[in-house]
Amino acid sequence: MNFLNFLVAGVSLGSIYAIIALGYTMVYGIAKMLNFAHGDVIMIGAYVAFFSINSQSLPPVVAVLLAMAICTLLGVMIEYLAYRPLRNATSLAVLITAIGVSFFLQNFALIRWGSSPKNFPTVVPFGKITLFGGDLIISGEAITTILTCLLVMVLLTTFTQKTKMGKAMRAVSEDKAAAQLMGINVNYTISITFAIGSALAAIAGVLLCSMYPLLNPTTGAMPGIKAFTAAVFGGIGSIPGAMIGGILLGIIEIFGKAYISNQLSDAIVFAVLIVVLLVKPTGLMGKKIRVKV
Amino acid sequence: MKMKKSRILALLLALSMCFALAACGGDKTPAPETNGDKAVLKLGFIGPLTGGAALYGESAKRGAEIAVDEINAMTDGKLTIEFNPQDDEHDSEKAVYAYQQLKDQGAQAVIGCVTTTPCLAVAPDANADRMFMLTPSATSPKVTEGRDNVYQICFSDPTMGNESAQFIKDKALASKVALIYNNADAYSQGIATAFKAKAAELGLQIVSETTFASDDEKDFTVQLQDAKTKGAELIFMPIYYNPASLIIKQAADMSYAPKFFGCDGMDGILGIEGFDKTLAEGVMLMTPFNADGQDDATKKFVESYKAKYNGEIPSQFAADGYDCVYAIYNAAMASGEDVSKMSAADFCELMIKTFSSDTFTFSGLTGENMTWSKTGEVAKNTTVFEIKGGVYAPM
Repeated sequence: MNFLNFLVAGVSLGSIYAIIALGYTMVYGIAKMLNFAHGDVIMIGAYVAFFSINSQSLPPVVAVLLAMAICTLLGVMIEYLAYRPLRNATSLAVLITAIGVSFFLQNFALIRWGSSPKNFPTVVPFGKITLFGGDLIISGEAITTILTCLLVMVLLTTFTQKTKMGKAMRAVSEDKAAAQLMGINVNYTISITFAIGSALAAIAGVLLCSMYPLLNPTTGAMPGIKAFTAAVFGGIGSIPGAMIGGILLGIIEIFGKAYISNQLSDAIVFAVLIVVLLVKPTGLMGKKIRVKV
Repeated sequence: MKMKKSRILALLLALSMCFALAACGGDKTPAPETNGDKAVLKLGFIGPLTGGAALYGESAKRGAEIAVDEINAMTDGKLTIEFNPQDDEHDSEKAVYAYQQLKDQGAQAVIGCVTTTPCLAVAPDANADRMFMLTPSATSPKVTEGRDNVYQICFSDPTMGNESAQFIKDKALASKVALIYNNADAYSQGIATAFKAKAAELGLQIVSETTFASDDEKDFTVQLQDAKTKGAELIFMPIYYNPASLIIKQAADMSYAPKFFGCDGMDGILGIEGFDKTLAEGVMLMTPFNADGQDDATKKFVESYKAKYNGEIPSQFAADGYDCVYAIYNAAMASGEDVSKMSAADFCELMIKTFSSDTFTFSGLTGENMTWSKTGEVAKNTTVFEIKGGVYAPM
């Protein structure tokens, strides 16, 4: 029964990683840049939701929507101010800018909201499910997270495959210059990508803090890095890959902790990543990259 | 390309030199002053005022400030205190920098550091400079070890581990105990090691021992599941309140209701904004101060603290900070010397002589009749509280 409990814990932790990884992979897939500030947008989203619920007494649904709106705005603003001027710069410059944005957001939160932690109220309206006479317990937060994650994946896949905007995104991802020649507004398309990615970050923040109800300015940092790993693990740029990578990573982390060592669980996670990348350099679901000779 | 790289490197080097120079600035020691006819004692303070451990540093600083205000308002007082708090962000390097700042600004003694890791970084410097240090809450025995001028007002880690095991045994709280601690934290590890040894000696059975590696850890399913499967009736967790609050919540989610027993690092758990206090019902912790205490000194302190800091209830750290200021003040007054003219080194010798003397005792908020050994460790009684209805009740 322990095994099942660990599996549930792993899947629910993994679906948090997955939902964060979806944001990473979206932005990477289309704008071809690693948005390291993604984890901190999550933290900002969680703070917005926290204050909406605790100080303004708004209902959780409104709080989540508000957090999404503010994060969307924030994401578009970050893209406009920090990344757009670097559109033709080296990818290293963009990467370092992203790390800078990440530090900026963390320290902004530190100054604005202080360092003492907040206990996040859960936004999930239903309680836990108890199975096998109390031996297996699945929390409402875990179920919500897993379902949300699936839903988001399906919606994102449909969006990128079926809509005109999605088509434009795929075109930009394929070749920016050619897309522009075909009449696609590249800057606008990338802005939309950031908007979607940041709205996802808000959802991820609320779910993360509902499950592990401790919120401080560095809340998003470690899950952000793990989710990035998950995105690479699954094949960065691939939407189903992010989902599978995230969930596998969560399971590996919990099982590593349970059956190998409490201390080494993170090391095990990253060791698995290294092995996967050695065997399959583009990740589990990554597209093969053909290099023209 | 190569040219460009070396230019960037040069720029970076130049920048870093600017910072290095800035850090060296202001290397002068102002002479101690007197304020009217009253003598002035310059006390420095180092603690985390921002960052993850800010709640502790901020509390200790506020407690110390209350003491300073009281002393400075005494009409018949012969000595006033100039208080100079510095932030270390719970970081060793920043703590050393904060210490240098205090030294430059003429501090005669330092209250600090609040947390163990920065304290271990500052203590060797303070020892070499002959600067008296009294830490409100750095509990590692390594802080005082081999340094005659570093004193603690709090219990050391081994004392806390031993006393906790003894208490659990004496009160027959549980026969099967689980231990969860942070293996990457000196405080947590120090208590856990002593606890294990003492538990073995007392015949207290530790059925599950699990660790975690960072206070940012979020998921404790594995640790709790281990304790639950092995039938632990009590979880001893010598850890800080952040992970403790998550453990308590996740245990409730698992429908696992053991007794929880923590040490002074858990104090502050009721201060987390939005924390559901009913979850902490029945949690026990060994901490030297109770804000609901009925003695006059505690009541007066809690009242002034609430009045000054928007109704907040002071934690043990605030009481520690308060006691540190009074301990130094009392020791200075007991000596009968004019301390305002003293250099830090002379003041340090005076304090060592007074604190380690057999006749000096100090009664404060965190203990009655405290005495100090020559190694800087405090001797006082232990107290354990149980959280009942969102407040501490003595056990």
